[in-house]
Amino acid sequence: MTGVRAFAQPFGAALVALAISALLLLAIGADPLAAFAALASGALGDAIALENTIVRMGPLLLVGLGVALSFRCGIWNIGGEGQLYAGALAATALVTRGLGAEPGAVSLPLALLAGAGAGALWAGIAALLRVRRGVSEVLSTILLNFIAVLAVAWAVHGPLQEATLSYPQSDAFPDLARLSVLPGLRRVHAGLLLAAALPFAVWLLLFRSSAGLRLRAVGLSPDAARYAHVSPERETTRVLVIAGALAGLAGALEVCGVTGRLFENLASGYGFTAVAVALLARLNPLGVLPAAFFFAALASGSGAMQRVAAVPSVAVQVIEALVIFFSVGFALPKSSAS
Amino acid sequence: MIDATTLLLLASTVRLATPLALAAMGELVAERAGVLNVGIEGMMLTGALAAFVTAAATGSLALGCAAGVAAGVAMAALFGVFALRRAADPIVSGTALNVLALGLTGVVFRAATPPGSALERAPQMGELLPGVNLYVLVTLALVAGVALFLDRTRSGLALRAVGERAEAAHVQGVAVLRVRWVAVLFGGACAGLAGSSLVLWISDTFVEAMTSGRGFIALSLVLFGGYRPLRIVLGALLFGAASALQFRLQAAGSAIPYNLLLMTPYLLTLVVLAVFAGRVRAPADLARPFSPRR
Repeated sequence: MTGVRAFAQPFGAALVALAISALLLLAIGADPLAAFAALASGALGDAIALENTIVRMGPLLLVGLGVALSFRCGIWNIGGEGQLYAGALAATALVTRGLGAEPGAVSLPLALLAGAGAGALWAGIAALLRVRRGVSEVLSTILLNFIAVLAVAWAVHGPLQEATLSYPQSDAFPDLARLSVLPGLRRVHAGLLLAAALPFAVWLLLFRSSAGLRLRAVGLSPDAARYAHVSPERETTRVLVIAGALAGLAGALEVCGVTGRLFENLASGYGFTAVAVALLARLNPLGVLPAAFFFAALASGSGAMQRVAAVPSVAVQVIEALVIFFSVGFALPKSSAS
Repeated sequence: MIDATTLLLLASTVRLATPLALAAMGELVAERAGVLNVGIEGMMLTGALAAFVTAAATGSLALGCAAGVAAGVAMAALFGVFALRRAADPIVSGTALNVLALGLTGVVFRAATPPGSALERAPQMGELLPGVNLYVLVTLALVAGVALFLDRTRSGLALRAVGERAEAAHVQGVAVLRVRWVAVLFGGACAGLAGSSLVLWISDTFVEAMTSGRGFIALSLVLFGGYRPLRIVLGALLFGAASALQFRLQAAGSAIPYNLLLMTPYLLTLVVLAVFAGRVRAPADLARPFSPRR
């Protein structure tokens, strides 16, 4: 694959997706140019809009990174949303119930660790079901999404609900458990620096380590990998646990850095968007950075599009789906079967 | 003698099982032809919206059902363009289809029902007996038809051959891609019909993302039933019963929080998959794209 094609294909996919979306907008009687203009200005128009887009980029980046890694190993992990919710739930439980009245300076790192651990555990269930019981991870990760979302709903109506019991949400996090906003900025928090560094770490893992080689070998051909004494089962478990930890960390960053508390619909749809991110990035960890920015811009501009151009914000999901459609076949490891 | 509570529970079991059985029959035929269709959730959702908008606008149940089926077939055709024609990965194509359905139905539903619009309720299909109506009869006929077709007809044999050994079927002169296309479109029709039952029978309005995983449960039922039509129906009834019981507990003001009750079908599916998935032998060429020029 030459360098030019590596860039041309994702751009082409995104452009075709936007063009078809424009036709669909025309079909429902909306003005596509006005809609896209509203979307662009809502996502990038001024400093605060840009900051909102960057804040949205954080979870998409981390979950998309995990999806890219999983797909590289031939594991269809569609469970980013559930893993994110598991991470947010664990971080919240630790901060609002586990640390007692006087949380110390360790509360923030502990919360992030709890999030990553819970995400890893949640994805670990899918790994266990796949390796021990032969359950397809496509089904198990999707089912685990529904369960995690309901678990968060239950928690904020029950054991983790705020002390005043006014709303279905957790208590606000104390300052010590919150990620501070970067100096000179209004919304971009310190956790996003960590998120932005991780694609490089995952790239090193995937392309510059023997662990990454084993993982890619399983993605290219599980049978050939087995002959080379690489256990597809072990790699499956490993990759799902790493992807789950990344998504769980994303959940912890959301509650510690953005919302400051847990509530329902914290990040609905992020699991699917992350699949689009990973595919647009052609499963390259570094490509996840621009791809996550693209989808974060779509998401953060969709509100403005709805207000200004009267196009429902869910139209963004149509663009997402089209990007996935037009990215397939270009970026995926060839299955040994075909 | 059956008391009134039990009767209600049974009726509700059949109601909740029917869309699952319908969608699972379509998935069964697609999978026996070697196509793993992860997009039935999206096909159901699109079918539900098309049925709702059409029936609410025209007042006709028949047109509503037809629109649901047509929408399911249209989405299946889109899936086929990527998964069959371009031999793209079926799991990614199916996932894209599900996301597309979420977005598309959201946009169309909001465009079709501005605040104060007349399109609020769809007409409802009546029941002959509690829990039994035309949907149930059609489902039963479909189950019998699919069972006979797969086991007793030459075309059924050809379809199974395509799912087991596409290459061998191709050499024998079976038009592999054509068989898979028909199977995928049939699956879309069943999913669309199942979606229509959600708005014309089980509830009278459309809600965004209202299929809430039924497509994935139907996918799991195909495995649970070991690719056998009758066992799949039994599985659907088991899930119907679990859901009915869960709703019953909610209505009775159970001490169990309703969010935990709502988890039941998903947890049950996971448990069922954990127990049965490893024992089932899937069609050998399932989810392997086929292109004749190799």
